[in-house]
Amino acid sequence: MMSVLAQFEKIEPFRLFPKQASNFAPEMDALYFFLTAVSLFFTVLIFGLLIFFVIKYRRKHVDEYPEQLPTNMVLELTWTFIPLLIALVMFFWGAKLFVRMSNIPQNAMEIAVTGKQWMWNVQHPTGKREKNELHVPLGRPVKLRMTSEDVIHSFALPAFRAKHDVVPGRYTEMWFTPTEAGTYYLFCTEYCGTLHSGMVGRLVVMGEQEYAAWLTNSVADEAPHLAGAKLFEQFSCITCHGQQAPTLANIYGTPRRVVRGGKTVEVFADEDYVRRAILNPQAELVEGYPPLMPTYQGILTEDQVNQLIAYVKSLNDTNSSRPEGRPVDAAPMPQGAIVPDPAAASGPRESVMHVDDGIVPFGSATTRPTTQP
Amino acid sequence: MTTVPFDPAFDRPPEDASTPGEHTIPADNYLSNGHSISSWLLTVDHKRIGILYLISITFFFAIGGLAATLMRLELATPKADMFEPDNYNKLFTAHGVAMIFFFLVPSVPAVLGNFLLPIMIGARDLAFPRINLLSWYLYAIAGAMAIVVFAMGGVDTGWTFYTPYSSTFSNTNVVLAICAIFIAGFSSIFTGLNFIVTVHTMRAPGMTWFRMPLFVWSNYATALIMILGTPVLAIAMLLVLAERLAGIGIFDPRMGGDPVLFQHLFWFYSHPAVYIMILPGFGVISEVITAFSRKKVFGYSFIAFSSLAIALIGFLVWGHHMFITGISTYGGMVFSLLSFLIAVPTAIKIFNWIATMYKGSISLDTPMLYALAFIGLFLIGGLTGLFLAAMGMDIHLHDTYFVIAHFHYVMVGGMVTAYLAGIHFWWPKMTGRMYNDVWSKISAVLVFMGFNLTFFPQFLLGYLGMPRRYAAYPDEFQLLNVLSSAGASILAVGFALPLFYLVKSLWDGKVAGPNPWGAAGLEWQTTSPPPTFNFDETPIVTQEAYAYDDIRADKLGLPRPENKGHH
Repeated sequence: MMSVLAQFEKIEPFRLFPKQASNFAPEMDALYFFLTAVSLFFTVLIFGLLIFFVIKYRRKHVDEYPEQLPTNMVLELTWTFIPLLIALVMFFWGAKLFVRMSNIPQNAMEIAVTGKQWMWNVQHPTGKREKNELHVPLGRPVKLRMTSEDVIHSFALPAFRAKHDVVPGRYTEMWFTPTEAGTYYLFCTEYCGTLHSGMVGRLVVMGEQEYAAWLTNSVADEAPHLAGAKLFEQFSCITCHGQQAPTLANIYGTPRRVVRGGKTVEVFADEDYVRRAILNPQAELVEGYPPLMPTYQGILTEDQVNQLIAYVKSLNDTNSSRPEGRPVDAAPMPQGAIVPDPAAASGPRESVMHVDDGIVPFGSATTRPTTQP
Repeated sequence: MTTVPFDPAFDRPPEDASTPGEHTIPADNYLSNGHSISSWLLTVDHKRIGILYLISITFFFAIGGLAATLMRLELATPKADMFEPDNYNKLFTAHGVAMIFFFLVPSVPAVLGNFLLPIMIGARDLAFPRINLLSWYLYAIAGAMAIVVFAMGGVDTGWTFYTPYSSTFSNTNVVLAICAIFIAGFSSIFTGLNFIVTVHTMRAPGMTWFRMPLFVWSNYATALIMILGTPVLAIAMLLVLAERLAGIGIFDPRMGGDPVLFQHLFWFYSHPAVYIMILPGFGVISEVITAFSRKKVFGYSFIAFSSLAIALIGFLVWGHHMFITGISTYGGMVFSLLSFLIAVPTAIKIFNWIATMYKGSISLDTPMLYALAFIGLFLIGGLTGLFLAAMGMDIHLHDTYFVIAHFHYVMVGGMVTAYLAGIHFWWPKMTGRMYNDVWSKISAVLVFMGFNLTFFPQFLLGYLGMPRRYAAYPDEFQLLNVLSSAGASILAVGFALPLFYLVKSLWDGKVAGPNPWGAAGLEWQTTSPPPTFNFDETPIVTQEAYAYDDIRADKLGLPRPENKGHH
């Protein structure tokens, strides 16, 4: 087996700008240069005027009192509206980039990230885990679905110009398409206690084939949805769901009518919803069902919750119509379910992978990559 | 307040600055009026309370500065080799808590505002002198508690106290630290209340709203924020206590809480608090620029209203601290847009200060050097704020050293420099004596150079991705960190110098006289130091602020111009 480690570059030498290693990096840098250029212009202008006035109008004798000038309304309005216009341009540019960075493409490969004092746990769709490292394939959109076991962390990848807070009690998401192979920094940027500055890892961008090889390089854990299926039995969820409790097939990605605080509301069954339904089931009871389910807060680890979510997602019938996205809310969500999906191997659903590129579908129980292309 | 007949003495040109040697310290002044400890600790004189604040915040500036020095020493090398990680975390928390809550927030309002606001509007004192003393005592009690916290091993949450780290995870003295901040907040609320009532009810006859100096306007705007924003901080702090002490789930998701809720509450105060920390600085700079250019401030009403605009919009931008916490994109856009809008009144002020210097008579005395440094540094601080307000850009820059550099340019390059400009401008008024001219100019130049060397490299570090609050960092960041630490040592000297020459001036400083700078303004028309009730008789104001045209007319023996501008 080829050693992918041999391809790792040494970590960056001294430089003033970080390397551009994702689709966002050139866009971010373009905005940065624009903002820097505007700032430089005004800095030179103001410093120039200050120095010029100080020299030209320096006091000649101690009793000098200059002639007073009237306030000039045209001038006032000029330097009100020009900065306003420039500010609006900056606002639109910045907002546009932000929207682009929060609109996660449908075909993004999903990797689960759990922050924990003081390490990062990462699990790939095949079940492969890593600590304080994130391996991603070149040229493919990757989505990170992240949560924290304890306090707020922040997953920062300077070479990708990407970062997002990792908040306990909910999932946050970020995405990117790696464009440059290499090894880069992974930082925790939200202060999280004693070893915050030790919560540093490596981001490794590899070619697709090397990535596939790396995935099989060691024994992978069970795929998350299979582990989830076991938990489903182990915790006897199976006893109620389908009878006194709602069946779980085809609920993921659909609207659900639930009773929240005495009122019936419609919520969208995304990962966050499933998570809430497991950890705090009484808060949002599906309409018409009795409050039987106990809370699993403190019983399940974030990893196990993640596996159960993967299991619920795997129960979706591949022929059912996919949701058209979240009905409300501005935070853009992926349109429909994302890998891993075991049905990808058996169903007609379009696979996001390119089998003829030598990459096998991830998350498939039956076709886990076993050989080098 | 009784009105006395018009006294031409208060409408005369300031005394000639060319013959300061002839002045003597007046026998009856607020300093000579009692020398016992109790005459200070039980005083209700706003000027003496201002001096009490001056001494206490200087003490906290020294503590915060010491913590900063130790941090920069640690950061001179990539490894955490001076401090255990926990101790480094406690250092930056101590630095933030001391500097924000015990130095910056009270600095200009509680020292200079306390001393000057009543004098500038021709009042005998603030509206509630005893509440004013109470506010200092609350500050002192809170400060003592903070010292106890530091002495008992410190607190490691950062000055932002983000939950759930502060509410359930930290093993340090969070409770006492929060109590200290809670109490300090009330000191601030009382000061704000006092300023608002004073400005509304205590103005001298003829002192209309639009004759008030801009320093008064900016402190008035600040006071509004203090009384509207600080209670929210107090509530947020109490909720952290409720979760920490009573286990009431508010912020920790394990108990059903929402950790991001804390950030909303915290920044609802703490972003406006940034304006508490900078608006009074704007006021100082308006006064200094006009005095050392001897020009009426350009666009008086634009500057006055931009202060109020900043105070109001400042309440609606807190979400820009939270773009990447997962708040809604559209919500974030509103915060981003408002953050850009607040840049406009700020830009107006800078242009107006520059226009004030145009065709002025500019002298580079120490206060003016500090004021010029302020404009330059605050400009860079403001411009880099635009980077962070741009949502997309903020993703990359958030929680990196870029943010550290940005807000130090605003808070230190801006506010501390403005505070020093104000202290040097009004020192002769407060003490009756002049400080050493050469040393003070050296200090101003050292502060400007040391500051830039310290913080400019941090912009570059931030874009490279170096996270804040790191005791150890990757090797390739070392060069920029060494530059920063070297700058900090220069900055420390620049900040330490005034302590020596200002204190020394109390003994051997040249007697200043009522108006050493030849400046306009009521405070320069009473003696230095002023008498206990500021004026021998209540002044009647017949001039608009910055009546340099009248002074010019008097100097030239011409009739005073008719146009009095603002009514």
